[in-house]
Amino acid sequence: MKGAEALMCSLLEERVNTIFGYPGGQIINVFDAMYSYQDSIKHILTRHEQGAVHAAQGYARVSGEVGVVVVTSGPGATNVITGLADAMLDSTPLVVIAGQVGSTMLGTDAFQETDVIGISQPITKWSYQIRKASEIPWAVARAFYIAREGRPGPVVLDITKDAQAEMMDFEYKPCTFIRSYQPYPTLNDEAVKKAADLINRAKRPLALVGQGVMLGHAEAELEAFLTKADIPVGCTLLGLSSIPTGCKYNKGMLGMHGNIGPNIKTTECDVLIAIGMRFDDRVTGDLKKYAKQAQIIHLDIDAAEIDKNVKTEVAVIANAKESLPAITALLKKNKHKEWIKSFDEYDQKELEKVIEPEIHPATGAITMGEVVHEISEATKHQAVLVTDVGQNQMMAARYFKFSQTRSMVTSGGLGTMGFALPAAIGAAVGAPERTVCCFAGDGGIQMTIQELGTIMQYKIPVKMIVLNNSFLGMVRQWQELFYKERYSSTPMVNPDFPLVAKAYGIRGRMVSKREDLNAAIADMLSDNDAYLLEVQVEENGMVYPMIPAGTSVEQLILGD
Amino acid sequence: METTLYTITVYTENFVGLLNQITIIFTRRQINIETLTVSKSSIPGIHKFTITAETTEDMVTKVMKQIEKRIDVLKAFFHTDDDIIYQEVALYKIGAEALLENPQVESIVRKYNARILEVNRSFAVLELSGHTEDTQELFERLKEFHVLQFVRTGRIAVTKSTIERLSDFLAEMEARNPENKCVE
Repeated sequence: MKGAEALMCSLLEERVNTIFGYPGGQIINVFDAMYSYQDSIKHILTRHEQGAVHAAQGYARVSGEVGVVVVTSGPGATNVITGLADAMLDSTPLVVIAGQVGSTMLGTDAFQETDVIGISQPITKWSYQIRKASEIPWAVARAFYIAREGRPGPVVLDITKDAQAEMMDFEYKPCTFIRSYQPYPTLNDEAVKKAADLINRAKRPLALVGQGVMLGHAEAELEAFLTKADIPVGCTLLGLSSIPTGCKYNKGMLGMHGNIGPNIKTTECDVLIAIGMRFDDRVTGDLKKYAKQAQIIHLDIDAAEIDKNVKTEVAVIANAKESLPAITALLKKNKHKEWIKSFDEYDQKELEKVIEPEIHPATGAITMGEVVHEISEATKHQAVLVTDVGQNQMMAARYFKFSQTRSMVTSGGLGTMGFALPAAIGAAVGAPERTVCCFAGDGGIQMTIQELGTIMQYKIPVKMIVLNNSFLGMVRQWQELFYKERYSSTPMVNPDFPLVAKAYGIRGRMVSKREDLNAAIADMLSDNDAYLLEVQVEENGMVYPMIPAGTSVEQLILGD
Repeated sequence: METTLYTITVYTENFVGLLNQITIIFTRRQINIETLTVSKSSIPGIHKFTITAETTEDMVTKVMKQIEKRIDVLKAFFHTDDDIIYQEVALYKIGAEALLENPQVESIVRKYNARILEVNRSFAVLELSGHTEDTQELFERLKEFHVLQFVRTGRIAVTKSTIERLSDFLAEMEARNPENKCVE
């Protein structure tokens, strides 16, 4: 068979049933082969390659499967670069297959030729150029193994046009071993014992949970760990939904716009247990002042994360699914009643000064937090939340509640505006039984608004909520606080969003009055199809609390 | 922060593009690579990179872990000069008349134990192996006789330890191979 067909067969061997992509000259053979396999592999044609890669990310994040993207060479490949960088920082498993010019043309500046391997190497877990059809099964098997196993990440396969057309004998062998890559480091018993010891002796232990728990399918193990030792926990942005919002140990979100309690308590705890998180600067703020009083235990599958930002007392390098139960087994049953109770004071303060005024304002324009809160309530906290980047993201992360795992899809590490709409498409395809709520600002939605076309073509029932404040809100917030209210290039003149949706055959509605909000939300959620709800919100809205970049929790601004 | 010259050795699979993957990790951290030598290792199919760079221990540890994180990198180590026996090779091209007409050149060659690789009507080529300071010193001495060309290789090094850590590592990794387990 032809290389292109071998590629399809290889994808089938990896149980791929969905591809997001966009055809072009140097990948045309693959699309031709795809035509014969459309009963088993569905191709979703996005309106831009960036849309394809973000959709694959959304798909991977909710389903836990590898997201697959097929694009052409040159601009097709360079358009997925943002998504690759995003997936690399947020540990999302992707296999991106890009067409490439014929192998004799490589390096000649041929039409639509780019050095895709060279460009993608710093932002992928692995990238490989296939120049012979016979390499296809091997490379695909290896690509899926690398993308999926260990700390997940994006992989690029750059496949020349002649390799797609060349004839070969197909034989597939899944990859189960790479001698230079140990995806699951062996648990060190000594480290486990030391960690358990520290936790057993701790008076004020605090756990910080990142996406590693969900990636390692260790949600139940986390719960057992927290319950046995009675430990309160804060979640990173990407760690949200790994434990239900309502769980008594869950003290909320960490970081710049996180909850006061878990942030303040990083300066009071005696033992800090970081689980599958990487001490991002948006979580720690000034490292010189971060958790200095605490002994730090770091559980992570990636050895390169240990001591990268924060020096640890004990490092347990393994999958959380393995390390958590091993530590739990050595823990004494414990109670930290007073310590856990000590969060209440901060929770109460935040509720009064920040949360209540944001979600239940009596007068004035609708607020972002209010919209998020109402939609979370109306979906009984069962929906998948997809956010864009900026104020909408922070408000959604703060006020949306979660009852099940893998319910939060957001661009955390890279902070990619325009992420939400295509990622929501992927999330809806990856979790068809769930309601997907996509929150974006008026800025971000327009960065990838062409994907309304994808929603129209494939009838993807995404609930889009545009929180329109006619500003690039987060930058505006910084300008107000730190740049003397010089609103440089942040005001935005916007189109009639429901009318844009209408052009794509999507129902929509604009709301600007508080009394209309709940009816509009009910209308959106009762509709079985896609729906765009534009809410005109307070222009001067601010996300609080805020720990300004590079400072510590002591500099927290409440905005009261 | 106190910096030291570290020798970093990296063992990789033989794939195209590995050099780029390794060097970009230094670039991101703004670390200048002083020398770089790449060759086949004693184990077929495995390449060895020897890199020297001036940095802090904290940084070299992070860089090493980030290098090891690359899929096709087998193992990376770092050493200070005390842990290794190391060497560089330098070549010096000088005009034939400088060699023939200046008796001092002969004594310099003797003193430094340099080898003469080639002498012809127009030029002579000297070779010296040693540490950077040694080869640099000879260069300084020859300068007055007008060195036409001077070139120095990157560092190569072997450890003073008696254990071959890469072989141990490979054995350990192979033990994980499910296919090997089937054979047993």
